[in-house]
Amino acid sequence: MPPRKPTGGRGRGAAAQGKDGQQRRPMFRRRKVCKFCSDKIDDINYKDVKLLMPFVPERAKILPRRISGTCATHQRKLRTAIMRARQLALIPYTAE
Amino acid sequence: MNRKYELVYVVSPDASDDQVGALHTQVEETIARMGGQLEKTENWGRRKLAYEIGRHKEGTYVLEVINGSGELMKELDRRLKVLDYVIRHLVVRVDEHESVVDRTRTRRSETSRRRRVARGLPPERQPGEGQRGDNDDDRDDRFDMGVEL
Repeated sequence: MPPRKPTGGRGRGAAAQGKDGQQRRPMFRRRKVCKFCSDKIDDINYKDVKLLMPFVPERAKILPRRISGTCATHQRKLRTAIMRARQLALIPYTAE
Repeated sequence: MNRKYELVYVVSPDASDDQVGALHTQVEETIARMGGQLEKTENWGRRKLAYEIGRHKEGTYVLEVINGSGELMKELDRRLKVLDYVIRHLVVRVDEHESVVDRTRTRRSETSRRRRVARGLPPERQPGEGQRGDNDDDRDDRFDMGVEL
């Protein structure tokens, strides 16, 4: 069994050292906004690999909404676009 | 009934440019024979594939935008399936998607125009305008709910 790292778990760290101004809400995180809503991108197209790539990190899995902050409508469109791009080998299905 | 489709096919890197051209004319002929129009062709050239297909690591991508019937696309799909030097192809119907994009775009610009007029500004965005100030309050995250997107 590998030895456990002394600082396990995620989060806490930053939130524990509350600066003033964060005391009202101790576990403060920056609000995530949908990239497509804020940048006013209407067309999520499977041919636009540059747009899609940030949403398929290393393992080439689709980045979940809870992390990227994409709204439901756009995540749905993003998903179809990514799946189409994958069929054409523009985006990988997996990566080792 | 004619609809708008996009056809993308990936040709094996072993195929010569002539073969790619021949395939394109073949597609063109099929479209003409079955009463469709070829709206646009784009050759993306040779690209690296994101994963190996068979033993190939590269492929030549060709995009065709076609106005035609479902039967035509079925026929093209069947033909491309048969050819062994076409390593991948995809047919997507795009007319609905395009109309949706158009509609959201016009709606967005109209609302912004209406709001700008209501605020007593000229309807179009002026150059140099729209830089984010430090005290713009749309990024304020104290009220973390009910924000319209």
